[in-house]
Amino acid sequence: MDKWYMVVVVGADRPGIVAKVTAALFDGGCNLGEASMARLGGNFTMMLMVQSEGREQSVKAMLAPVVESLDLHLHIDSINGELHHHVEPDVRITLFGEDRSGIVAHATAALAEVGLHILSLESDVAGSEDKPIYILHIEGAAREGIPALESALEIIASEGIETRLMPIETVIG
Amino acid sequence: MSMLTILQYPDERLKQVAAEVSVFDDALRTFIHQLETTMRAGPGGVGIAAPQVGRIERIAIVDVSAKKKIKQHGRLVLINPEITAWQGSVVGREGCMSVPDYTGNVVRAETITLTAQDEFGQPQQFEMEGFEARAVQHELDHLDGMLFLDRLVSRRSDLFKRKVYQ
Repeated sequence: MDKWYMVVVVGADRPGIVAKVTAALFDGGCNLGEASMARLGGNFTMMLMVQSEGREQSVKAMLAPVVESLDLHLHIDSINGELHHHVEPDVRITLFGEDRSGIVAHATAALAEVGLHILSLESDVAGSEDKPIYILHIEGAAREGIPALESALEIIASEGIETRLMPIETVIG
Repeated sequence: MSMLTILQYPDERLKQVAAEVSVFDDALRTFIHQLETTMRAGPGGVGIAAPQVGRIERIAIVDVSAKKKIKQHGRLVLINPEITAWQGSVVGREGCMSVPDYTGNVVRAETITLTAQDEFGQPQQFEMEGFEARAVQHELDHLDGMLFLDRLVSRRSDLFKRKVYQ
């Protein structure tokens, strides 16, 4: 059980995808690691660490029936399964505003410039079809400190995006 | 001074309700010293409770003085502690020496009134807020067999909002 794969599954959302995909992997003798799954615009997306004794092809084969029956897309890569080494975030940033192209690219470029290591990012398009808004949640590690991030957020705010920053001060007890 | 071994979830002893302390002697104070040494050896540890080292008694230590610019009371030895008043609620991030390599969001009271005895049995009372109040609530949970895992809320939603819109 030493090989890890990143298994990516995408398909039109419907109930039962998670149960069927993970049952196929379990029945095939796999073990799951960390996973992230979300419904994105009517598509269900799964990214999961899968540990298997078999090769990539055998993982693909065990998923083939469910991939076909649920009309899913499947992508598998061999990875290093580095568990038990989480990097903890020390800052949470929320950005929101009228939707337009380039929000993520511009904001994350400005934040990367001042040392933000993004550990998770989730975004939604909300509002109505004629007045969409974009909402972005980022958690990360501020490698050059939080004041540096605040200066980048001022630039982002000057471009019409609302910004909120909250330090994450973790109680370890 | 020897370090104590920290129990890790899913050790059943972390789920037990701890007993009141009634004897305040040198043996107790020696244990508290060991408990504090163990807490300070953990990276970033700001609190510890006796059940975390397998002594299922109502003893906790909290010291958030390493955090700058916050209201706090320094090193606190809390024996038979009780929260007598709560106000507000706020979400914040917690981790635990008994649950390595994971942190999660937990809702806690923003301000609390706390009574406890010190290591000599003397009564104490504190008004606390924010980070220190959170650390105390985390430790007191240990005395009732609770872990922050029992109280996790989603990481996704905007959990840090404090304003109430009406």
